[in-house]
Parts: sequence; structure tokens; C-alpha cells
Amino acid sequence: MAENNRAVVKLKERFANALLDCTEYRGEVTVTVKKENILEVLKCLRDDLRYNFLTDVTAVDYLGQDPRFMVVYHLMSIPNKDRIRVKAPLTEADCSIDSATALWNSADWVEREAYDMFGIDFKNHPNLVRILMTDDWVGHPLRKDYPLQGPDREPYKGRLS
Amino acid sequence: MASEIMTLNMGPQHPSTHGVLRLVVELDGEVIQKITPHIGYLHRGIEKLSEHRTYHQALPLTDRMDYLAPMHNNLGYVLAVEKLLGIEVPERAETIRVIMAELTRLKSHLVWIACHALDIGAMTVFIYAFREREKIMELYEMVSGARMTSNYFRVGGLSRDLPAGFESAVQEILDTFPGHFDTYEGLLTKNTIWLQRTIGNGVISADDAIDFGISGPALRGSGVDFDLRRDLPYSGYEKYDFKVPVGENCDTFDRYKVRLVEMREAVKIIDQAMKRLKPGPILADAPQVCYPPKESVYNSIEGLIHHFKIASEGFPVPEGEVYQGVENPKGELGYYMVSDGGSKPYRMRVRPPSFVNLGAIEKMAKGSMIADLVAVIGTLDIVLGEIDR
Repeated sequence: MAENNRAVVKLKERFANALLDCTEYRGEVTVTVKKENILEVLKCLRDDLRYNFLTDVTAVDYLGQDPRFMVVYHLMSIPNKDRIRVKAPLTEADCSIDSATALWNSADWVEREAYDMFGIDFKNHPNLVRILMTDDWVGHPLRKDYPLQGPDREPYKGRLS
Repeated sequence: MASEIMTLNMGPQHPSTHGVLRLVVELDGEVIQKITPHIGYLHRGIEKLSEHRTYHQALPLTDRMDYLAPMHNNLGYVLAVEKLLGIEVPERAETIRVIMAELTRLKSHLVWIACHALDIGAMTVFIYAFREREKIMELYEMVSGARMTSNYFRVGGLSRDLPAGFESAVQEILDTFPGHFDTYEGLLTKNTIWLQRTIGNGVISADDAIDFGISGPALRGSGVDFDLRRDLPYSGYEKYDFKVPVGENCDTFDRYKVRLVEMREAVKIIDQAMKRLKPGPILADAPQVCYPPKESVYNSIEGLIHHFKIASEGFPVPEGEVYQGVENPKGELGYYMVSDGGSKPYRMRVRPPSFVNLGAIEKMAKGSMIADLVAVIGTLDIVLGEIDR
């Protein structure tokens, strides 16, 4: 179970107040932490627990729930051949979190994409501009309240709606 | 002497950018000072579209990301959904998936060597590699009916069994391809122009490669001994015996050598998989997920209703979230799937290897000449369909 995981034990010891939840599902460990502590937790995972590879940063929009957004980090340990998922909840009113670019350069583009698609403000990111959509685009397409057909079109009433 | 920075726009339709990649390059004379990539010209919103389709309907979308390796994209997707569902795939289906995945690796690497060599000026290799790729396209057509967007895998197994004549066609590939690889090496490995253009070009150290999130052959070319097939195995790869090549000098030439060895190893894996192939079912015993056999659909009302229900409503997937990474020819392709218990993905995130690898282009090309940038783009082996999704 998740409680026996080496990384979870260490994180519980060091960040007792920051940890919100630890779960294991289908053999994958997920740690949910407060957004204020995200950089410390990621740094501890990188330097002390050898999760040296930041695979991905993305977000999920749980529209209708509070907090609305979840920023999801996938870390991998090349020496230990192991993965861990770190999540941090964000409220709709304060949609910002510290940028992981301070720790990994690979966070640069994936955070830009999360900003582009979800409107998440990564603080201290060196160049937080849109990456896939055009610079003058309005809205964030992967938000659940953004219509599939685009912002100024009547919703399609056929099979997909 | 006072120098002035010149800004050069490369792309979006430049022949060496392999698709619609636009690079704004700042040059001091011929030396690169800064590269600003502009991407998104091919953005089709695949992640958004998948949230509005059932799990079976979202599968063909994945073909259209890395269109040089469609079956590998399918593989990551079906493995992720199967992990959410908690179902096991029969051994025959798993073995066929490995055969098709490795054929896909050959197919993708053949396009890489063809275009990479063409970019640097060696046209002969291009013609040869495309001749060989055609053999694999024919196999794609045999099993799935399509040459590029194959959509052959299904959640729970495969769409159909292998057709007659498949084994002999694969045997021909196994017999002839190592000789073709010798030809490519003969044309390139001791070619002075090739060596001068690739040795010492696009150097990125192992630590930097990890820092920039580079994966796949480009990571191994920088000397990091890591391959998801061996280290975090999926689809039964732990049963196969293969070498993981590693580079030493972290340059374009080492990445070229790594990919060539990978092609030879792929042939060995296909050979082992063909020997393991035993008759058996190709779909998991999970009637709530898998389509019934066609005989039952055409001849019984129960079969027809069953087929209709799965096609129209899809199947419910337990609530939860999983991440599945596969060793795509370009690097680590990851699917992060979130299910809310319904029949459509609540969120499908694709971690595209080309996208993350391209993020390191400035690091790799800064300080070199503009002509070397063409070699760096080639060695990164990017495909814009996957970068933009």
C-alpha cells in the first residue's frame, strides 16, 4: 500500500503539514500536497529520493468541485526505475502555483501548455506565453466550461453534444 | 568590429523542418545565438476531442498524433485503458502487439534515417530506406486495411487476427533487413561528409538531457542507459532478450549509431516474438468491453444487441487515474487517463516525446552554425503531428 512506499514515508516525515492525501491505485502512488509546498516537495523528491526525471506537468479541471483544478506532476526515477505522481489542488479564484522550472528545464514547455490550455499561472516561469494556440486566443480550451465547438459557435446538437 | 544580430525565419514550410515547425533564429554571422520555436500549426485538440468520445471512439485519434508510428500510439492508449479497467490481454494478442510495435519502430526509424540523411545531403539512403519502409506499410495494410492510420489494436486485444501470408512476409523482412542496415552503414558510417556533419554536432550531456526531459534514443545517445521496455516493462517486453544501445559522446553521430542498433534489435525482438506466437484468442474474456465475434453479430440477435450497445454507449470504466508510458520510437509516450466512472475519458493527457525533446533544441544548437541546425532537427527525430496534437 501507499503507506509503505519509501517516498511516502519520507514525505510524511518531512512535510507532515503539507501532505493532503496519499493513495495507491493500480500500483501507482499518488501524493497530494498543498500548493504552497509544491517546490519543496518536488525538490525533496528530486534530491533525496532520486526522482530525477520530470516526465510531465499537466492539469485536470474538476468543474463544479472545490478546489476546481488539480496540477499533476509525473516524476520518474531513472536509477530506481520507479514512478510517482504528485498533485496540488488550485482554487478557481487563485489559479497560481510556483513554477517547477527552478528545478527542471523540462517544466518550461509543459507548464506553458498547461497555462495555454487551463489558464494556470505558473509563478516565476521565465516565459509564460501560449504555446499551441495563437497569442491572441481568448479562453483556455481544455477547461470543462469551454465548448468543444469553440467559443462563438452554436453547440452541435448531433451525436457529440 | 561591430557585429549585428540578424533574425532569420526558418519554416513553417522549410523542407528540413519535417512538417510545420517555424523557428525564429537569431544569428551573429552564421553562429546561432537564440532559437525561438513556434509550434501549434497542426493543433487539432485531440485531448479535448477525446473527452467527448467513448473509449473506442477516442482510439483512432491517437493514430493521428505520431503518424509515423501509429501502432505505438495505439499501444500506449489501450494499455492505459486496460490498466484502468484491470483486464488482462491474452498472450497471442500481446505477442502480436509486440510484433507490430517493433515493426512500427523500424518504420519510424527508417523515415528518420531517410530524412536525416537527405537533410545532410545523402540522397541515396533516402531512396533505399523508403523502399524498405514500403514493406512494412504493406504489412500494415495486410493486418488493418490501412497504410498509415491503422487503428489495429482494441481495448482488450486486437481488432482481428493476423491474415494468411503474414508470417512469410515478416520472415522476408527478418531475412533481408539486416543486410539493408549494412547498406545504410556502408553509405554513412565511413562517409567523410557524414562524419564531419554529425560528430560533435548537437552535443547535450547526460545531466542536461535528463534536466530537459529528453527521452528515447536521444537520451540513450547521451549515455543514459534507460529503456522503458526493459526498465518499466509493459506488454510482456520482459520476456524478450534485447540489448539497449548507449552512446558516449552525446552528439548526433552517437544518436545515429544508437538508432541503427535499435533497428537491429527490433529485428531480433520480432524474430523472438514470431517464435512465441501460438494459436489462441485475440480478445480478453471481458464481454462488457470487447466487441463480440462477427459470426455472432450477423447470426444472432443477442450478438447484434451486444455489438450495438458497445458501439453506441461504450463501456463504463472504473473511477480512477493511471499513467502509462511506452517506449515510442521517438521517446517516452505517456498517457495520463482520468476516469469519472463514465464511458468517456474525463481527461486524456498525452505526454508527447517529440514536444519535450524539441524543448531542448536551443540548448543543443546554440553556438553552432546555421547549417548544423538542420542536423539537430534531424537528430531529434520530431514529428509535428505529435508535438501539436
